[in-house]
Amino acid sequence: MAAEAKDRSGWLRWLLVAIPFAWLLIFFLIPFFNVLKLSFSTRARALPPYKPVFDFADGIAGFIAKLQQLTLANHLSLFTDPRYVEAYLSSLKIAAISTILILIVAYPIAYGMARAPREWRSMLVMMVILPFWTSFLIRVYAWIGILGNEGLLNGFLLWLGVIDQPITILTTDWAVYIGIVYSYLPFMILPLYATLEKMDETLLEAAADLGCPPIQAFWKITFPISLPGVVAGCFLVFIPITGEFVIPELLGGSGTKMIGKTLWYEFFNNRNWPLASAVAVVLLLILVVPIVLFQNAQKASEAK
Amino acid sequence: MRKGQSWFNTTSVALGFAFLYAPIVILVIYSFNDSKLVTVWGGFSTRWYVELLNDQAMLDAAWITLRLALLSATMATILGTLAAITMVRFGRFLGRSLFSGMIYAPLVMPDVITGLSLLLLFVSIDIDRGFWTVTLAHTTLTMCFVAVVVQSRLVVFDRSLEEAALDLGCPPFKTFFVITLPLILPAVVAGWMLAFTLSLDDLVIASFTTGPGATTLPMKIFSQVKFGVTPEINAISTILITIVAIGVIAASLFNKRREVERQKAERLAMQG
Repeated sequence: MAAEAKDRSGWLRWLLVAIPFAWLLIFFLIPFFNVLKLSFSTRARALPPYKPVFDFADGIAGFIAKLQQLTLANHLSLFTDPRYVEAYLSSLKIAAISTILILIVAYPIAYGMARAPREWRSMLVMMVILPFWTSFLIRVYAWIGILGNEGLLNGFLLWLGVIDQPITILTTDWAVYIGIVYSYLPFMILPLYATLEKMDETLLEAAADLGCPPIQAFWKITFPISLPGVVAGCFLVFIPITGEFVIPELLGGSGTKMIGKTLWYEFFNNRNWPLASAVAVVLLLILVVPIVLFQNAQKASEAK
Repeated sequence: MRKGQSWFNTTSVALGFAFLYAPIVILVIYSFNDSKLVTVWGGFSTRWYVELLNDQAMLDAAWITLRLALLSATMATILGTLAAITMVRFGRFLGRSLFSGMIYAPLVMPDVITGLSLLLLFVSIDIDRGFWTVTLAHTTLTMCFVAVVVQSRLVVFDRSLEEAALDLGCPPFKTFFVITLPLILPAVVAGWMLAFTLSLDDLVIASFTTGPGATTLPMKIFSQVKFGVTPEINAISTILITIVAIGVIAASLFNKRREVERQKAERLAMQG
């Protein structure tokens, strides 16, 4: 009976698959090929501001003629112009350092949450998620008032007498790191908490009974068990931080080079769409490895 | 040793939450500051809220953003739920790994890339950019988040109820609406809320895909912040934070009550 119903709804099943599949193909995958194509184009004073513009009216000969106008110049300039090379390297450096910082800050919090009394845990998880629901932009904005020269942090330090004149934090890389750690912290806490919460505490008791010091027990037992959470958290923060725009733009200074900022400026300020596309293509190539690793990690946890 | 460890745990959680909440609390407090300087306390005042109410451009942006978020979150919830069902229920099919790749990749894709690629799509098919293009862009991004949330619920879902309904002759379509949907509803609602807040929040993708006449609230806030910090931004931020906090807390209380009722019903059924 159920099998019969299944047969009857066969076409319906495929329709169900087809709708989200087609949507993502059209709005997610195909646009990437568009970016790729545009990255080989040249800038033009026209609307849209690039050439060649492919048109079905051209016919095949026209298509081939336009194909020959495509150029590698944009990509090459990314590798030869030190400004771009620097921006890529600096993005990767900032993303790597922030990921480690986030892990260091998030681990004790997640660990403490997982060891909290059972009846508190869901409350604590909700409290981690709550700031994540409030606007990213607003949370970054909040730090401007805190880190500025006349900001609350400097005021506090002056009042304490630790410093006798304001230190510049805003518009430096320090502010960028603080903003990134703050904004991406929940993404690391939650996967860590999920693995630590499932951990069997009797393992640690057994280790202690056998005379293993707590620090060694942590590295030999707790940390390896939490590794899937560490991996998931690191990917979840590293990949988006590499392309981050809002935080370096609002908290960083002109010296803060990040590729998301470069892309934004090439696109909106210089109106160089082909170059912006080339920046995006190369960024994507850099991120393909971590993205694929992230997906495999997701699939592995799905299979469990 | 036990005691020392739990002291460490309590401190780290307390410090962690202080770090997470202090900036937000400070932001809210300073929205009631009478002084124009964001960092100098000039007494309690609601003048920035009054000023906000008279700022027509800001109100327009808020209205556009709200409509956009409602519409895109609803579309994303429908598409994302379909995608989740496809992923969990349909086993292996041609292009499945491509499909799951397209679900997971947008979650971590930098916004600048997603925004640029969608803009180029809209330019190449030559449609007028504005409210609708941003709606399509947000739907695409947020449906993936909905899919992941709903999927995690479907994985632990007990299928025997569905099978029972099908065996008793309930058509699959009806089974979905009568059995499946009510059971996964908390996840669907959570997905909708996530999609809604993501859309409310997005600056980068909206900036790329928008056109004249469709300036969203984050875009408006961003351009004002670039000129300097004003307490008016604190006021609108406070309003947004309040709305989101009430929504999230209400939803979690609702889910908790449902869970308690379900457990009660289960106990009764066991006794009966």
